[in-house]
Amino acid sequence: MNSKKTIYLAVAALLLMLGGFILPYWFSFLITIALAKGLVVLGLVILMRAGLVSFGQGLYYCAGAYAVGACADYFQTDNILLLLAVAIVAAVIISSLVGLLLSRYRDIFFAMFSMAFSMILYGILVKSANFGSSDGFNVVAPSLFGWAPQVEGGGILGYWSVIIIVSLAGLLMWKYLKSPMGMAGEAIRENEIRVEYLGVSVQKIIYFKYIIAAVLASVGGAITAMSVGHIDPEMAYWTTSGEFVFIALMGGTAHVAAPFIGAIIFELMRTFAFQISPYTWQMILGIALLAIIIFLPNGLWSLKNKFMKGKNA
Amino acid sequence: MSALLETRDLVKSFGAVTAAADINVKINAGEIVGVIGSNGAGKTTFINMVTGYMPPTSGEILFDGKSVIGKKPRQVMRAGMCRSFQVAQLFPELTVLENVLIAIGMAESSTLSFFSPIHTPAREKQAKDILEEYVIAQYMDEIVSTIPQGVRKLLDIALAMISNPKVLLLDEPTSGVAIDDKFDLMNTVMAAVKKSGAAVLFVEHDMDVIARYSTRVMAFYDGRVLADGPTLDVMRDENVQKLVIGHHLDMDELEEASNA
Repeated sequence: MNSKKTIYLAVAALLLMLGGFILPYWFSFLITIALAKGLVVLGLVILMRAGLVSFGQGLYYCAGAYAVGACADYFQTDNILLLLAVAIVAAVIISSLVGLLLSRYRDIFFAMFSMAFSMILYGILVKSANFGSSDGFNVVAPSLFGWAPQVEGGGILGYWSVIIIVSLAGLLMWKYLKSPMGMAGEAIRENEIRVEYLGVSVQKIIYFKYIIAAVLASVGGAITAMSVGHIDPEMAYWTTSGEFVFIALMGGTAHVAAPFIGAIIFELMRTFAFQISPYTWQMILGIALLAIIIFLPNGLWSLKNKFMKGKNA
Repeated sequence: MSALLETRDLVKSFGAVTAAADINVKINAGEIVGVIGSNGAGKTTFINMVTGYMPPTSGEILFDGKSVIGKKPRQVMRAGMCRSFQVAQLFPELTVLENVLIAIGMAESSTLSFFSPIHTPAREKQAKDILEEYVIAQYMDEIVSTIPQGVRKLLDIALAMISNPKVLLLDEPTSGVAIDDKFDLMNTVMAAVKKSGAAVLFVEHDMDVIARYSTRVMAFYDGRVLADGPTLDVMRDENVQKLVIGHHLDMDELEEASNA
């Protein structure tokens, strides 16, 4: 990314952060949750670009959240930096072990195995009375060394931090996807035999991608935990992971911004669908997804190319 | 001088089927070895074994004096032995240029960089030079799945040559290519190979192509090496003519081609 675009990104992030003072609290909260989910989906997109669909990113979303909750409670801390670090460490430890197995599998086997591991965590948490079983438990609101800025409605630190993290992660992953390691994903999706004969271990590439996706998911989970103030095992349930796949399909995999746009539209759609028809809101989401798959098989991001082409013509 | 590639008593069986037996082959630097044999004679099995794609049932494979038994294709490739495929193994949804860039990036080092871009002016220059060498630079920006078969085969070979191997194994480089284009393709490939100095082993069914390019021929039949020697000697061999080629050859014409 050239420096000009980086500056645009920084300015946009800053404006969005300042916007937190003007925007209604419900809206900045919605954006926080959407962007946190977008981080999870970004990880999923990195795997999808390598031809792997994980139905178990909820594992790391939930692990990150529980790492934050447990650490905050055990060490009596609300330091956002410490809590985020703990979530990342938890994700790296789990994914570097689970990844050893998962990097050997492809297609439906990878999808099912990833789902199985997230359901194992779900099963453990539901049975853990110390963690509140299926009710979960409350998480403290975060502060930055005791500083917890407030606006009307609640704390805004979570909102600010998610914007900063998304900007940094987006920039980093943008670079990553254009690097030899990132492009190796497309290469693997297209032809593993050729990659092997080019002298590179396919399994190793997938292993690293799996860990990156796990870290992104755990950060998303950590931010969600701190912003919502409550966590429960549902975060590891397969429907949560399915929601991430849903968002990934909606947004598309062509650009790092796509998962975030997809996540924001998904959260907005859900909020309004719930308002319009509280009992059949899933149907509205389902119809929207159907429409996107039929009319925009490469996700919402493909609209950009359509407009760009229109301009050139 | 010890051979670059040497196999000793190589055997491969799939259950009751013996795909290869008693394969004793030596390939020296600078040789251009043609491999002939009917379908199922064990030619591709041989290539698959020496490049580490499938382990032999028994026997020894030495590359540069070191055993490569139990090595993965990527390790064999790093040691200096590359191959092309009967069906070109490419990245079909990416452009020709991207295919080459990925291959260059991977050839540079097996520990891939995470954050430095793959598109650098130096790599793009290198990629363009390679594509020009194989006379396919005009297809640079096209998606691989849309380019002609002959171009795909050339690209496949170009990718195999990027790491400057000491031995190049070509599995039917001209299969699926129109008869009129075969010699152009082989001329391009052989020119590039000669420049690099690699020893070549290529599987081929067209006797004209064999006669023109190989210095030595190995004839496979039923998993065994039926004959191995200078091109014309092998082609004159009665057993080879009966069992491998299947019809009488006009040797005068081939000798002419061989001398050309």
